[in-house]
Parts: sequence; structure tokens; C-alpha cells
Amino acid sequence: MKNTDISAPDYFHKVVDCQWACPAHTPVPEYIRLIAHGRYSDAYMINWRSNVFPGILGRTCDRPCEPACRRVRVEEEPVAICRLKRVAADYKDDITERLPKPAARKNGKRVALVGGGPASLTVARDLAPLGYSVTVFDGDAKAGGMIRTQIPKFRLPDSVIDEETGYILGLGVDFRAGKRIDSMKALLAEGWDAIFVGSGAPRGRDLDIPGRQEAAKNIHIGIDWLSSVSFGHVTKIGKRVVVLGGGNTAMDCCRSARRLGGEEVHVVVRSGFEEMKASPWEKEDAMHEGIPIHNFLVPKFFTHENGKLTGITFEKVKAEYDAKGRRKLVNAGEPDQHFPCDDVLVAVGQENAFPWIERDAGIEFNEWGLPKLNEATFQSTHPKVFFGGDSAFGPKNIIWAVAHGHEAAVSIDKMLNGEDIADRPMPAVELMSQKMGIHEWSYDNEIALDNRYKVPLRDKVVALKDIKAEVELGFDPDLALSEAGRCLNCDVQTVFSAQLCIECDACVDICPMDCITFTPNGEEKELRTRLTAPSNNLTQDLYVQDRLKTGRVMVKDEDVCLHCGLCAERCPTGAWDMQKFLLHTTQAGTSCRPQRRSAA
Amino acid sequence: MTYLAKPKFHHPELPKNALGYTHRDYEGTVSTLCAGCGHDSITGAIIQACFELSIEPHRVAKISGIGCSSKTPTYFLGNSHGFNSVHGRMPSVLTGANLANRDLIYLGVSGDGDSASIGFGQFAHAIRRGVNMAYIVENNGVYGLTKGQFSATADRGSKSKRGVTNTDNSIDLAAIALQLGATFVARSFSGDKQQLIPIIKAAIAHKGAAFIDVISPCVAFNNHAGSTKSFDFVREHNEAVNRLDFMPSRMPIEIKYEAGTVEVVEQHDGSKLALRKLAADYELNDRTAALGFLQQQAAKGQIVTGLLYVDADAEDLHAHLKTVDVPLNALTEKDLCPGQSALDKINAGLR
Repeated sequence: MKNTDISAPDYFHKVVDCQWACPAHTPVPEYIRLIAHGRYSDAYMINWRSNVFPGILGRTCDRPCEPACRRVRVEEEPVAICRLKRVAADYKDDITERLPKPAARKNGKRVALVGGGPASLTVARDLAPLGYSVTVFDGDAKAGGMIRTQIPKFRLPDSVIDEETGYILGLGVDFRAGKRIDSMKALLAEGWDAIFVGSGAPRGRDLDIPGRQEAAKNIHIGIDWLSSVSFGHVTKIGKRVVVLGGGNTAMDCCRSARRLGGEEVHVVVRSGFEEMKASPWEKEDAMHEGIPIHNFLVPKFFTHENGKLTGITFEKVKAEYDAKGRRKLVNAGEPDQHFPCDDVLVAVGQENAFPWIERDAGIEFNEWGLPKLNEATFQSTHPKVFFGGDSAFGPKNIIWAVAHGHEAAVSIDKMLNGEDIADRPMPAVELMSQKMGIHEWSYDNEIALDNRYKVPLRDKVVALKDIKAEVELGFDPDLALSEAGRCLNCDVQTVFSAQLCIECDACVDICPMDCITFTPNGEEKELRTRLTAPSNNLTQDLYVQDRLKTGRVMVKDEDVCLHCGLCAERCPTGAWDMQKFLLHTTQAGTSCRPQRRSAA
Repeated sequence: MTYLAKPKFHHPELPKNALGYTHRDYEGTVSTLCAGCGHDSITGAIIQACFELSIEPHRVAKISGIGCSSKTPTYFLGNSHGFNSVHGRMPSVLTGANLANRDLIYLGVSGDGDSASIGFGQFAHAIRRGVNMAYIVENNGVYGLTKGQFSATADRGSKSKRGVTNTDNSIDLAAIALQLGATFVARSFSGDKQQLIPIIKAAIAHKGAAFIDVISPCVAFNNHAGSTKSFDFVREHNEAVNRLDFMPSRMPIEIKYEAGTVEVVEQHDGSKLALRKLAADYELNDRTAALGFLQQQAAKGQIVTGLLYVDADAEDLHAHLKTVDVPLNALTEKDLCPGQSALDKINAGLR
């Protein structure tokens, strides 16, 4: 194998599994250490820079970081990254002084943002302080988009949304409440220098089966119903409720129904329980509130009497797999099941809808009705129009919308500075030794087995009575400290200098995970068979360094390294060092300008 | 060294031996020796050897004297019996323990100071008597605990860290062991586990006095230019006579070797030693030739490593003394005092 080039930003970035998995690449271990130190404001600001909505995401994020967490590979449960983020938001001081200031001078460029959700607000935050005149158009009275309308208040209180959208609107952003854009052509005619569309995926999919029309009064589309609940238009529901669908929206629906008078609430899904799209913790939360989930049931027809819904009948199915491993749901040969109910909530998916974009506005759409976009720049076929969030590639989640927003802001900033927007800026990377003394490191390297700490919940009886009472109470500082201690500091990298190594084997002997091997070089596949411990996780790289005196190479399997630093403590010559890798993605502004060499 | 205990985490797919243990189960507490000490590598090799042999930890007694090397039994086999004896007195304590309970595996761990200076006589007699043990000397050529004075195994002409030249002749413990009748003699290097681990396994399986001289660089006081026990010097002057593969008796020999390149020696317990010859005319079963070879190569400044001599039909002290098969410490009062009638019989036999 070739010598590993650790100066390539991606190499160590991949080792920080959580940061690599996060669409916005938040430096997770860095802020977890700050939380452990009680520096909540600093932890908040690191989050705020990269994911814009720490308080909101700390309650609602889909957490792609957690399945990636290294603890999963060496223990069972990942670090509760998401809920630690909330700790930073809950316990921070007033941070308004640390926010960017509204631009003192405008640069004369005008940018229109369609929709006031997470994607648009991210673009606004990145561009407004640079001097752009940013205008956000939203049909609702307050900013937040789906964050405000679709996420139940018992998961995310309005105060948190008000605070974090307020930080952005306070940057001199012009928010046009109640102004829904209904013509792209008209918007284009207004002569904006750039337009960003972050209008989400606002249409809930319907279920067209017999009885749908007749019983329409008691059949509701999930996301529409949730926003009606959110705005207080809907305050009660029947005693018996069936929720169709297995995604996070379905989970929000059933838990909301439980609080609005639903005594017997059932979730019914077409496929198996394991294959449900809802995050495991959202399923747990629903079941905790006494909501059973029934699986392998395909809805056949609604039953009704005199125009009133009486229930819904399902066909029992089972999964069969063809030779190519594709799944098919076939009749299980069991009798149909009837669920009597008063109301049905249909949460079987969301769709994009762009009725307001004229098809001759210069924006091309693909076969799925989504705009044709450059995946790196988010630019549509109209050079001035960009898309992000759910309206770009279909429904995802908040953290993806934020990531899209940052990239689109870079594109807009570069375009309006006359630069090639395809030339994407490199991230900013630092690598710093953490050595403080002979056995002293600037991070806690005493790694121990420890189970994940549970977030305290509000008493169930109390919680179910009030749809606005937040269920999760969040970690207190003591619990947060304990949970933060579970972080393995994967950003503190093991950096090896071959010219200092005397091949004494001390690191090989002390490594608790048997990550390190000194052996003759070979091709990766073959080399992996000769390492000290099995090396079967091909998604994790081998760190290879040659130029040792014996002609062998040092091979370190990054897979299960605990970053405990014992290799460096045991090294007599300092050939191993623990160096903190800090990566910040480059956002709109001067740092995304192309690097020019000076003539001098 | 490190102040931290090694985390209890281990690699999720760590191999297990016949007893269901991983190599981590054979560790002791974390080493307090200097970072990079060769002794820690020998500790690692002992752990690996015992793991691969699927030894039950409670069947091992590790006995040592005084010195850096004699501290190491704390760092391996944390669930075995141990005795940290007086300086240089490991061999007599080991001999006594062995006589009392022949059923344990005896690991004698010592250093060049402990065995070549203060305990030189003890070393000689334990070897001479053929005590069944694996006697490992962790040989760094200096007194590390007292800051690097030459030990008795330091080569004449080699230099101390401060630049002083050693004018005394050195003791070659492997050569002495040969002379004293050790039935298994090997030399190895802490920086070459591939060679060292099979040698330790073979020595443990050997029934008789097995002696291993392991050159182990002292990173603090004897790893400089001018030293003949530094990592660089040993690597440059290492002349391995053979490469050993050790196979326990229950394992059939599966590896195919080219004819004439491998010598297979079967030990008393049925275990087999497959030796890939590196020095073409080296005779493994010839004590005097081995001695001669060692001296010739030493004169050239080379360090001979590998399995130097083995007597596959060796006998141990218990055989010489014709003791009973039952360990002496397990004999009951009834066995030891068989009663008047037995005494009468003996007396009658002497009349």
C-alpha cells in the first residue's frame, strides 16, 4: 500500500465518524468536550456555526451521527450526541453578543428566499452578514417552516423555534410573513440577483382506496393535520384513531392524537416493524405512550355508515424475496383484519409540489417532478435559481436542509462575485498536538466501559394531558457530564512519524484494541489478513507509513481505535503523537474565494 | 510507562483459544517500566505464547528475583501464581516450588544482573539439576534500576551511555547453560516476536531445564551507538540459525516444507518443533558444536539467535530423584505415614 497522506482533509475527517456522517459536518467531539468542561456557550457556538439550529436539532435531529458513532463498534449504544447538543442550548448564557452583526454596509446584491424553513434560513444566515439584501418569503406568520408547523410542540416548544429563528432574522434579514410566492415568473421579473427555493415538500400523499371519498370527514392527511394542530385549528380527535404509515410523521401523528382525546391509538404499517422509516427512538417514544404498532397490514378499504367512518380493513401480507433479493408483499393467506375507529390519519409519505413554478420559467424538472440540479452547487437549469432542503431532492430532514443551505449560499456568494461556482472551497483544517506533559494530554483519555445515559422524561400521565408539555426534560449538567465522558474523542488523531520510530513494539503491546501492526508491506486486501487483530471493516481505512529501518511498514487499522493515546504514552521516542483534528467546512464569505498566489 | 490502566475494551472479533480466552485474559496490570522497554515486548510474547498454548492461568507459577526484568511477572498472567523472591534467588525458590508441586508450569523470569551476577551460582545449579522450567533471562547488558552501569553480560569493548568503554569480559549465559547441561537452549530478541513466541511455547512444553536468553534493549540506558544491545545493533548483527514453528502434540503437522529445509524434532510430550534451517550446517542436537558455533560467531561480533540446542529425550529433576507422580504437596498423612506394618516391613528388609 502507498503511504497514507494525512494532509488530505478527508483522511482524518473519516476517522471522526460522527462528523463525517453529519451532513453539515459539525465538529461533534469538539463541542462534547466543551460541554464536559461546562463551556455550554462555546459548545453552542460551534454548533450554531455549522448547523444553525442547535436547540431545535438537539430535540429533533434524525442524528445520522449516532449510528456512525465508534461506541457502536466497541460497545453497544452510541454517545447521545443529539441530546448533548440540546444541553449546550439549554445551559448556554446569552450569546447574542457572539452572533455576527448585521452588515454595516450592504453590497447592493438582492437575494430572494422562497419559504422560511431551515434551508432558506441557513442561506439567509450565511449571506446576510456579508452585506447581501436577503428577503425571505413565507406563507405563514412566523419563520420556521415545517419546524414550526409539523413538529409537535411536545417535542419542540415554540420558544426554542422563536429564539433560533430570531437569531437569523436579527441579522438584518427581511422576513415577509404571510407572503406566499405563487409565480416564479413574476418573482424572476422582479430582478433579484439570485433566488433560492427552500419551499420543502408540502404535499402529503393520499391513500386512494374504496371509501376514501365517502368517509372523507374523518380521514386526514398527516402533515396537514399536524399543522392544523400546531396552529390550534384542531384541538380534538375521536377516541379510536388509526394512523397509517411508518415514518416519523406517523409517529408525530399518533402521539399528537393520544393528547387530543385519542384513547385507543393504533399505528398500522404495510411492511415489517424493522423496516419502518421512523427512527428507532421515535418508535420507542410512541410505544412508551401506549401506542401499539401493527405490521404487515395493507389497507384495503375504509368502512363507513351514513357518511361516517366506522373503520378500516386490512389485508394481512408477508414479505417474499425474489432471486435478486427484491422484496414483495404477498397475501399471507390469513383473514382480513378490521380496525374499528373514529378517525384515520394518513401519513404514508410526502411529495414535492411546485404548482407555482411555471414550466416555461427556464427551470427544468426531472421525471419525478423535482428540479434538475447540480448536486454540488444546487444550481438549477436557470443560472440564478437555486434549490435546497426537501424541495431539492425530496423529503429528508432538517440537518440535510441546513447542509444544502450552506452549499447554496456558497454558490450564490461565488456567483455574485463573478467566480466559477463549480470550484468548491476546501474545508479549513487544523492538526494540533495535545501533549501537555509526559503523561498529560489536553483531553480525557481515560476510556471506560459505560452505558448510555437515559434522558429524563416528563411523567406520562402529565405529558399526555397537555399537547404543549415537552416530554423530554433534557440531561441535567451532571448527566450531561457523564454522557459526555462516553465520547471517545475520535478527533484526537494518532499521528505517526516513521523517522522517529525504533520499532520497539511498545505501541503494539499496549494497544487495547490491537490496532497496530509492524509487518512487510503488501496490497490492502492481503495486508488486512496479516494484521494483529481481524480487519474486516472495509469502510474504515488502514493508516500505513513506510520508511522504517527494518523496511517494514506500520499499519494501523482505524476501525476500533479508542483514541486513548496509550500508544503515544508508551512510545519512547515520540513517534506517536495525539493531535487534534479540527475541520470546519468553508461557508460563504471571504474564505470561499479562490486561493490566488501573490506575485511577491 | 503510563499511569492509566489499559481500558477493558477489546477488539470485538478477537480470536479465542481452546479455553475460550482471548489474549487479553492473559494480561496482568499495566507495566510501570520505561516506555519502549524491551522487557514489555517479552511480556507481550509470554502473553501470546500462553494464549496460543491455551494454558489455564492457574496452572502457571511465575517466579522472579529483583530488577527491571523481575518486575515483569506483574504485567502478565494476572491470574497465575507468582513469587517475587530475593535478588538472584529465583532459581532456588523455583526449584523448591517445583519439588513440592510438579504439576505446575514454572516460568522463571530473571535478568542479566539477577542471573549473571548476584544469582550466578543459583542459575548454574538450577540448570545443572535439570529442573523442569522455562528460565527466561531478559538481558539488556546494564543495571537499569541503578541508572545504567555495565552488567556482567555487557560485551567487552561496548560503550556505556556516557561513553565509557567496558573492559571486563562478558558472560554468555546461553553458552554457560549449554555447558551446564541445559536440555533446551535458545537465544532471541525482544524486537522479534515472530521468533520469540514459538521459542517460548517450545520451552514451556519442554520437559527439563529450558533456558532462553532474550536480548532486550534498555531504551533508557543502553540503546545508543556503541552499545551491543541496542535495537539497531542487534538487528544488524542478528544471525538466526533457524526459524521455529511450534506444534502442540494434538495438532498434526499441516504445513508443507521443501524436503531438506526443515528438521522436525518431537519432544517428550509429543509436541513437535519444525525448524526451518537458516545456517545450513547447524546441528541442533550437538552440544559441543553449538558451543563452538556460538564462540566463533561471538568472535566475529555476531549475535546468534534461534533454537541453539535441544535434547528431545530430556529428563527432569523429578525423574532423577525418582519421586512419585503425585505432587509431594498433595501427599496425605496416610501416604506419608503408612503405619507400623509398613515400618515393620522396611525394618525387616534391612535385617
